[in-house]
Amino acid sequence: MRTYQGKGVYGAIAIGRISVFKRQDAKVRRTHVDDASQEIARVEAAKELATQQLQEIYEKALKEVGETHAQIFEVHMMMLEDDDYNDSIRNLIETQSVNAEYAVATTADNFSEMFASMDDAYMQARAADVKDISNRLIACLGGAGNAKDKQTEKMIVCADDLAPSETVSLDKDLVMAFVTAYGSSNSHTAILARNMNIPAVIGVGEEFLKTIADGMQIIVDGYTGEIILEPDEDTVAKMSKKQQDDLRKKALLQELKGKENVTLDGTKVQIFANIGGVSGVGAVLANDAGGIGLFRSEFLYLESEDYPSEEEQFQAYRKVLESMAGKKVIIRTLDIGADKQIDYFKLDKEENPALGFRAIRICLTRPEIFKTQLRALYRASAYGKLGIMFPMITSVSEVKKILEICEEVKAQLREAGVPFDEKAEVGIMIETPAAAVISDLLAPLVNFFSVGTNDLTQYTLAIDRQNAKLEPFCDTHHEAILRLIKMAADNARQHGAWIGICGELAADTSLTETFLRMGIDELSVSAPFVLPLRDTVRKLDLSK
Amino acid sequence: MKTFSYVIKDAVGIHARPAGLLAKLAKEYSSTVTIEKGGKSVNVTKLMMLMGMGIKCGDTVNFTVEGEDEEAAAKAVEEFMQNNL
Repeated sequence: MRTYQGKGVYGAIAIGRISVFKRQDAKVRRTHVDDASQEIARVEAAKELATQQLQEIYEKALKEVGETHAQIFEVHMMMLEDDDYNDSIRNLIETQSVNAEYAVATTADNFSEMFASMDDAYMQARAADVKDISNRLIACLGGAGNAKDKQTEKMIVCADDLAPSETVSLDKDLVMAFVTAYGSSNSHTAILARNMNIPAVIGVGEEFLKTIADGMQIIVDGYTGEIILEPDEDTVAKMSKKQQDDLRKKALLQELKGKENVTLDGTKVQIFANIGGVSGVGAVLANDAGGIGLFRSEFLYLESEDYPSEEEQFQAYRKVLESMAGKKVIIRTLDIGADKQIDYFKLDKEENPALGFRAIRICLTRPEIFKTQLRALYRASAYGKLGIMFPMITSVSEVKKILEICEEVKAQLREAGVPFDEKAEVGIMIETPAAAVISDLLAPLVNFFSVGTNDLTQYTLAIDRQNAKLEPFCDTHHEAILRLIKMAADNARQHGAWIGICGELAADTSLTETFLRMGIDELSVSAPFVLPLRDTVRKLDLSK
Repeated sequence: MKTFSYVIKDAVGIHARPAGLLAKLAKEYSSTVTIEKGGKSVNVTKLMMLMGMGIKCGDTVNFTVEGEDEEAAAKAVEEFMQNNL
C-alpha cells in the first residue's frame, strides 16, 4: 500500500482499477524539407481536420457539460485560426526549411511559454490550451486522430496531465475518476471534471506516474486529495464506508438542494454558512447555503507576517463576494485577542484574556488598523451584497464610535470616487450579556444582530470553554442564555433590525424550533450542517 | 480614426472566450482595431497576443479603430465590451 497526496478538484470517492492514459507520442523530429509550399499545404489540411475534430468535441461537451464549459473548444478553434500562430508556423517552414510537425511544436513552445510566464494563474493555465491544440495539429499531420483505447470496464484514468479536449473525449460511462500527476485547479480540465461529476485529483506528482500500471487497484479521495495505491483490506473497507456515506449525503443534498427553508406551517428562515477563509466558499455553495452569515476575517491577519494591506484584504473580500454572486456575505471585522494571538500586534500578556484587550477594543484603540480593514470592506461592497459585523460589543457608545468611523471611511471613498455599496448593512455581534440586556438601545443603531452563542455562553455562565473540568456545569441550553437571545430577538424586531445566530447553538437541531418561535431570521452554521438543518426546519410545525 | 477607453469590469479580465469573440468580431470589419494598455498595444484580431496582454479587472484599456468602416466597428466593439467585459 502506498499513498500519494494531490489536490482534489471534485469531492467524491472512487475505488477501482487503473487505466494509464495513452496518447500518441507527440515527440517531434526535425527534418529538412525542400518544398516549403507542400509543407504549408499539409498544415492547412491538418488544420481543417483538427477544426473538424474540435467541432465534434465541442458538440459532445455541449451535451455533457453545458455551453459555458464547452465554449473553451470554440476558443480552441479560434486559436487555431490565430494569425500570429499561423504566421509563426509558416515562417519556420519557409525560413528554416523544417517539416510541418517541427514548426508546429516549436510555435507551441513559444506561445505556451508566453502564457506560462505571465503572473496570473488563469493565464498560466492557458499554456495547456496552446499545447493541446498544437498536439492535435501534430496528430492530424500524421493523418490520424487521437488514439482510442478499446476499453469496456469502468476504470480510473491516470495520466501525466489531461488536456481539456482529452478530458471531454473520455467516455464518461467508462471513467470512474481521474488522477493526474500535474495540472492546476484553475485548468479547464479541473473545471470540466467538476461539471462532469467525476472525482478527480490533480498534481499528485511524478513519483506516482513511475509506480502505476494498468490494472492496479487504486482509491481516489477527491475530498482530501489522497490517492491510495494497492490498498490493504482494512483501508478498502474504511474507504468503502466513506464512499457509501458520501453517496447517502449526496442523495440527501440532491433531494434538499434548491428547496426552501420553510416549516410545514410556512415560517421561513435563512440558513447561511460560516467560513474562516476564502477557500471555504466552495463548501458554502456545494451545500446550498443561502449566504455567508459569518466570515471570520482573522485568517488574513493570522496567515500574514505583518499587517495585511488594504489591497490584500480587498482582493480576498471581493473574491468571496463575487463567488457568492449576489448572496449575502456578512464579514466580521478583526476578532483577535483572547485565544487568538498574533505576534506583530505586540499585545501585552494578560491575566484574563477572555475579559481583556480583544476584538473591537483593539480596533477602537488603534483606529488605523480598523480603518484599513473598513476601507477594504467598503471597496469590496461594490462587488456583491456585503454586511459588516462588529464583534464584542458591550455599549451604545462603542457602536456610535464605530458608525462614526464607518461614515468617515465612506466619505473618503466618496470623495475619491471609489465605488462602494451605500446600502451595505452594518450589524453587531450579541455575544456579551451586556449587549443582550441593552439590545433595545442597540437595535435602532444597526441593521442586524448576530448572536455569538459560544462567547455569550461563557460570559453568561462564567464558565471557561477550554476547561474540561467545568463541563458538568456548562449547560448550553441554560434558560439564562435562551432568555438573552429572546430579549435580543424581541428588541431587534421592534426596531426593524433582523437577527441571526452564528454560534455553535445555531446548528443544534434540538433548539431549532425554539429559535424559530423566538422569531430568529437567520441561522448560520458550518457548511456541512446546512442541509441537515434544512431537513429539520422542513419537518417543524409551529402552529401546534 | 476613432478612439475610446474602457475599464474592465469582468472579474477574470479579458479571458479566453471573450478574447476569442472580440477577435472574431473585429475580423468582421475592414478597419484595424487596436487595444492598448500601459504602452503595449496589439491588434485585437491577434487572439493569442490579446490574451497575452493579461488584461485584468479594473484595468483601463484604450481602443483605436481606423479604416473605412471605423464608425460602425468602433460602435460594435464598444457595445461588445459593455455587454461582455
